Amino acid sequence: MNRLMICIECPQGCRLSVETGGSRVISVTGQECECGENYARQEIENPVRTLTASVLTGSPALKMLPVRTSAPIPKEKIFPAMEEIKKIKVPFPVETGDAVVKNFMGLGVDLLATRKSGRSFP
Amino acid sequence: MTERELVIVGGGPAGLAAALAAGEAGVKDILLIERDQHLGGILNQCIHTGFGLHRFKAELTGPEYADRFVKTVEKAPEIEVSLRSFAVKLTGDRVITYLKPGAMEEVKARAVILATGCRERTREMIPICGSRPAGVYPAGLAQKMINLEGWIPGKEAVIVGSGDIGLIMARRMTLEGMKVKAVIEIQKTTRGLTRNVVQCLEDYGIPLHLRHKILKITGRDRVEKVEVVRVDDNFAGIPRSGFEIRCDTVLISVGLIPENELLEMAGAQIDPKTNGPLSARVNFTSIPGIFVCGNAFRVYDLADNVSLDSESAGRSAAEYLGKGSADRGNLS
Ligand code: SF4
Repeated sequence: MNRLMICIECPQGCRLSVETGGSRVISVTGQECECGENYARQEIENPVRTLTASVLTGSPALKMLPVRTSAPIPKEKIFPAMEEIKKIKVPFPVETGDAVVKNFMGLGVDLLATRKSGRSFP
Repeated sequence: MTERELVIVGGGPAGLAAALAAGEAGVKDILLIERDQHLGGILNQCIHTGFGLHRFKAELTGPEYADRFVKTVEKAPEIEVSLRSFAVKLTGDRVITYLKPGAMEEVKARAVILATGCRERTREMIPICGSRPAGVYPAGLAQKMINLEGWIPGKEAVIVGSGDIGLIMARRMTLEGMKVKAVIEIQKTTRGLTRNVVQCLEDYGIPLHLRHKILKITGRDRVEKVEVVRVDDNFAGIPRSGFEIRCDTVLISVGLIPENELLEMAGAQIDPKTNGPLSARVNFTSIPGIFVCGNAFRVYDLADNVSLDSESAGRSAAEYLGKGSADRGNLS
């Protein structure tokens, strides 16, 4: 099967034509550098995304704490991950970069706070 | 009335970078005033990744990007931060009046940097007919509601405009369980990054209607539906090309305008087309000693560029204050 996609690794935005067999990539054309082929392979064989969201704190100083996965997770895990994230509450103070959940959903990534909660500065 | 060497209005990406650069260039007495109870400005609600690729060579979220600057500002002895402080007046001889809890302060500054950011263009600024029901939000306001307040604005949404904020909100609302039925863009191409079209729309199967516009919003108390029509090269609706989309929420994402009310109050010249200051040099205004940086000067695509622009404003202010113009690089 042939699939058309746009490489998003740089602003050039090459139009890639990807020959696939099942869930594997057979060949890629249209890329102006090798990143394009890697991108197509990744996107077709194992697409991943960094998930960001915000969770409740229960504190009036900062109602919602923004979080992210420490590394990209498989695309099909995004919605199950959101269901988990909706249940999380972080009533304790955290610093930017602290793990709110370690090994989130067994995916081998942590869910990190992307700002500090608790007392506001100064 | 107190006197300060440099007063910076706004503690978002622009104000933070300007304060640090002015401090590095030798300004010893800086007051940074911010209306919110936290520093970071709009970055705090931009919880998605994509910040800092140029500056930090890392893909940060907005709050993480802000945090790197805030931590440095907190350690800088020459910068005093005044939170929950809202500037209400600026005069041509650089007297700033601001409100903070329980007090009204007046400060005379030898130099001022306005880092007041921008605001969103609203529904009223683009022609859409129809009634005025609840459920129509500027996209950035909806972003604030969801990411900072934890409120979901509705169940089914249509987004007008395909700029990056609109695209990012399409994904964000989808993740929070809303159904985003369409993004409507009047131009032939999207205004947002390809990356966002792929990762915010295509990932979730959200239709993007290019060369379409919303003719009418219908609803009594709450939005009930929108009428969409194809446009010709002059953006006029093509007869009989229309269709309806039922929804209870409409997000408007049709651009940003520099926020320069204080500068206007001070009597400086404003470009009526862009709402930015009229001046011969970047960051300067028609009033000596008053500088403007970041999105208040002109709306940037990337926060990284806001930081760069604001650092140069910080150095220009330092130079104006007689501190030399040593270029000491940037934070990274
Ligand atoms: S293939 Fe290479 S040049 Fe083309 S968009 Fe991708 S990264 Fe850029």
